[in-house]
Amino acid sequence: MLEQENNFRAVNERMTFIYELHNLMKDNNVILIYEGFFSQEITKSVLLMTERKFDAEGLDSSVKKKIFNVMVEVLQNICKHQFVEDQEIPDNPAIFMIGIVDNDYMIISGNPLLTSVIDKIQSRIDKVNTLDKDGLKALYKEARIASQISEVGGAGLGFIDIARKSGNQIEYRFEPINDKVSYYTMCARVSRNASESE
Amino acid sequence: METLIIQGTEDTPTVVLDAANNKYEISGRSLPEDVTAFYKPVFDWIASVSGVSKLDFHIKLEYFNTASSKILLDIFSKLETLKENGIDVTIVWNFSEDDEDMQEAGEEYSELVEVPFKLVSF
Repeated sequence: MLEQENNFRAVNERMTFIYELHNLMKDNNVILIYEGFFSQEITKSVLLMTERKFDAEGLDSSVKKKIFNVMVEVLQNICKHQFVEDQEIPDNPAIFMIGIVDNDYMIISGNPLLTSVIDKIQSRIDKVNTLDKDGLKALYKEARIASQISEVGGAGLGFIDIARKSGNQIEYRFEPINDKVSYYTMCARVSRNASESE
Repeated sequence: METLIIQGTEDTPTVVLDAANNKYEISGRSLPEDVTAFYKPVFDWIASVSGVSKLDFHIKLEYFNTASSKILLDIFSKLETLKENGIDVTIVWNFSEDDEDMQEAGEEYSELVEVPFKLVSF
């Protein structure tokens, strides 16, 4: 149990935004990067561009689907949560990136948020990170029955679905910006080999 | 009751609820920005169902986001009510044979929903 905990910490410490950016950039393995205002239109454009690229490369269709699934949940999460109390934080816009590192497709997002919500988000991600495939399936089933569509149109099921579809733990980091606001980065990895994701 | 037909787009599904032609189907992709607003006409239509004795409700989605997943569950609950009111309802879950996730999603719904469920691959 303790070993698992240390593993989470090690994984999160390894994952700094700059470190991942460096890895992606140095080998020209960034597929797409977008920073700024996010909207449904942006989501559609990003999906279309990525789909076209993967079709052209002949990527395995089940890997493609998993990536697409994760991308939609991540992009729509950004749309719903990109502003802090409906205010844009101009020096810290939201960002979305997709790239390849080793054998994994990395789907990365960043956005500012109120420091006061960090505990809630962290505990949700930590929870899904402890669960295996069957555990995630059971949690999804239970959460979906209990959920309501929120004011911003979400069902609170995104992290569970991201963990299920990616087949890997969700990595994340929170960096303070000022006394009220932090910047949240997350990374979902989808293995290039479909069977490895199971 | 009215016929409801909504043309699909890259982020919203095609909806055909047409009693005259015995066709009831939601197909395509479902990732609308506002699931509640998009699916409201479907709920209104279900509430208006009358004079129908058999209803095969087809789902043939290539993709749906988590909010749509919740809404689908709500739709199926409403179909349960129609069944309780004496309509012969079947939900037909269509999935591409190489789409294991879509098959699994159908199986999960079939375990939860008190309406006869058919899983059909294409």
